Amino acid sequence: MADAVLAIDGLAKRFGGVVAVDGVSLTVERGGIHALIGPNGAGKTTIIHQLSGALAPDAGRIVFEGRDVTRVPFHDRVALGLARSFQITSIFRTFTVLDNVALAVQARTGSSLSFWRPLAAETALFEEAHTVLERVGLGGRANVAAGVLAHGEQRQLEVALALATNARLLLLDEPMAGMGPEESERMIALIGRLKGTLSVLLVEHDMDAVFRLADRISVLVNGRVIASGAPAEIRSNEEVRRAYLGEEVLA
Amino acid sequence: MTGILFLEQSLNSLQFGLMLFLLAAGLTLVFGIMDMINLAHGSLYMIGAYLMASIAQATGSFWMALPLALIATAIVGALLEISLLRRLYERDHLTQVLATFAVILIANEGVRIIWGNQSLMLNAPAGLTGPVTLPGGMQYASYRLAIIAVGVLVALVLYFLVTKTKVGMLVRAGASNREMAIAMGVNIRRLFTIVFATGAALCALAGAMLGPILAVQVGMGENILILAFVVIVIGGIGSIRGALVGALLVGVVDTMGRAFLPAALREFLSPPVASALGPALASILIYVLMAAILFWKPQGLFPARG
Amino acid sequence: MRRAATLAVLAAAIAFPLVATPLGWEFYVGFASRIMIYALAASSLNLVLGYGGMLSFGHAAFVGAGAYTAGILLTEGVPSAWIGWPAAVLVAAVLAVVIGAISLRTRGVYFIMITLAFAQMMYYVAVGMKTYGGEEGLRLASRPVIGLGLDLKDDVTFYYVVLAILAAALYGLHRLARARFGRVVEAIRENETRMEAIGFPTYRYKLVCFAIGGAVAGLAGALLAGHNSYVNPNLLYWTQSGTLMIMVILGGVGHLYGGLLGAVALLLLEEVFSVYTIHWQLGVGAILLAIVLFAPKGLAGLAAKHG
Repeated sequence: MADAVLAIDGLAKRFGGVVAVDGVSLTVERGGIHALIGPNGAGKTTIIHQLSGALAPDAGRIVFEGRDVTRVPFHDRVALGLARSFQITSIFRTFTVLDNVALAVQARTGSSLSFWRPLAAETALFEEAHTVLERVGLGGRANVAAGVLAHGEQRQLEVALALATNARLLLLDEPMAGMGPEESERMIALIGRLKGTLSVLLVEHDMDAVFRLADRISVLVNGRVIASGAPAEIRSNEEVRRAYLGEEVLA
Repeated sequence: MTGILFLEQSLNSLQFGLMLFLLAAGLTLVFGIMDMINLAHGSLYMIGAYLMASIAQATGSFWMALPLALIATAIVGALLEISLLRRLYERDHLTQVLATFAVILIANEGVRIIWGNQSLMLNAPAGLTGPVTLPGGMQYASYRLAIIAVGVLVALVLYFLVTKTKVGMLVRAGASNREMAIAMGVNIRRLFTIVFATGAALCALAGAMLGPILAVQVGMGENILILAFVVIVIGGIGSIRGALVGALLVGVVDTMGRAFLPAALREFLSPPVASALGPALASILIYVLMAAILFWKPQGLFPARG
Repeated sequence: MRRAATLAVLAAAIAFPLVATPLGWEFYVGFASRIMIYALAASSLNLVLGYGGMLSFGHAAFVGAGAYTAGILLTEGVPSAWIGWPAAVLVAAVLAVVIGAISLRTRGVYFIMITLAFAQMMYYVAVGMKTYGGEEGLRLASRPVIGLGLDLKDDVTFYYVVLAILAAALYGLHRLARARFGRVVEAIRENETRMEAIGFPTYRYKLVCFAIGGAVAGLAGALLAGHNSYVNPNLLYWTQSGTLMIMVILGGVGHLYGGLLGAVALLLLEEVFSVYTIHWQLGVGAILLAIVLFAPKGLAGLAAKHG
């Protein structure tokens, strides 16, 4: 049995009177892709926020690689190997694509309290950034301003930024949001290539992608996990079909 | 007789706080609804005071001049909004700072050109120049009581307008969610102009009422503007209720602080140190108050925006 | 192209007093020194505001802190600039760290207000210092002493010292902007959440940026005290922070020469208008409005478009 890179235990979050996440527990195995699916408003993004450190949970524990990170600040989790991408594209629009990724590399390669030496001289840093860009398929767009990229390319850059942190667990929040069929294919291929080298917790609505990529699937409804298991199990689970998948999605 | 002194300073606090409220109300709405930093708000206060002083001198009557000054300043405010400020709503805060700072320069100089460099005389209306004997035997300036009365009246009217009328509801909707208000078909442009003109009239009222007590001079706007900003930050941007509570808080802390802190310090410290420290500390009290409130409630006491 | 222009301006600046003295323009040498000191102050704010994206409305507090430190030391019998000026930088830096540490926990307009509040507090502290002039300000007996065979009482010598300091500061800003730190600070300005999400402790970097800006502002304050032989609480009043902001916005937020261009433009405008009318503020105000409406990226933006 593969070991768990991430274990969530009893995670809960409420906003005012609304319970967004209600005692969620799940584990993500090393090297695999674990998909988190569920209807809108089920609490998926709230969980991602808590996992990355943007939101503090009201209850529960988050254990990453055996270490309790529940109270660890946002930016420190990245250093520990846990990074995320955003559902609504959040990149540096006036910077070039290469500079975007270079920032993520810069964050983990030495102190940036450096006031004199030009950044442009650090060729190794930019080489690493190039490598990441190649990996996501944006190699040819390195010197384009991020803001003028097509939507699909910006989503690829989102993933690239998370990859460039050398994270061992990626939290991908709807990477395929707003993508057409061709772009989605590219993204599916991209995420598929990541398998084995690192672990992924994937939040997605695109069921085609989910069933093609995921090793395990957890279904979240109204802040609770109603089912967790291999794709085939989930597909044939009665409760899941009723609550979320609907009768159209068959084998 | 510290009891009487305390009562007197309490009334002064109330008076000062209510006038601050007049300034803060307009400012918080402009900031809350239009998301605009308007440094020229103090200039409207100054223009209102100057217009009041001139009209009062020309007509010889305080009470006749007052509504005229209010209307005139409201018109100035509306014209300013239509000609310039309207173009700033979509711009960033920095640009708004630059533009409204320029308006301050122009307004100050414009006033100097029209009225000269001397401060203007504005007298309290006849009949309110003397003291009044309060229950308990204390004497208090009748004019200051009038200010309190006017302040309370305006606060009540504003409360009624904002909570019970359609316009008020639109204003509150705009303050908490501008896009939604626009989406619901509210004629935002006209609403903004009305809000701005009303704010200008309130500034003029404060300037006119405070004129007999403070000096009517160029630059009077800058001093009070900063207090108004402190008030709306404490109260929560976009909230009239916050402006009232904030203004009263600032009025109390500032007035009481200046009155009693130096004396209180003399209990603990040697006289030279106390007299050096006292006024300085009293002046910074409201800023300490603001920092403390922001620490505990980073969006102010009653933020309008969710 | 930019390098050629920079060298040309520098050459002109070096040549200016040599040309001015025979022409009888000694007054303008002092005026030019004043412009350069404000350029230094505005550039320090440009780092915080333009590069760092922090709308600090209390920058005058650091200028004032530097000025008073230098002034008080001089009054207490320490005329050496080698002590007075570094002390000014140190005091301003410490003040900036304290104010920044608290203020940077807030966002948006609240940050603006709290920096403004702190600056006003410092203003009242200055007014309250009766031993050092209080509201009237403090007249300094003389200019500081710098040794090295240079007499700062001579306006031309003082000019060259200020020019050297300004040039060094702008060069430092140039290096900083291209270094790791500059990149981080600009990226934080662009998208702070993303910076956190890739592992940067953004609060720390903003605080360091704020502190550096404050420290350099302190140096400008010390130079101002030396130039005028006078320090005055008005240096810290909020409208002074506003003026510095105007200079940065006018010159071009986030451009290397934004502070310099803005200071030159505003102070020259004031001087030119003063020649024609006592109501020069009207003219300056009108020009500022024109810039807002027609040149939104400031003067540096205009130059970039046509240069």
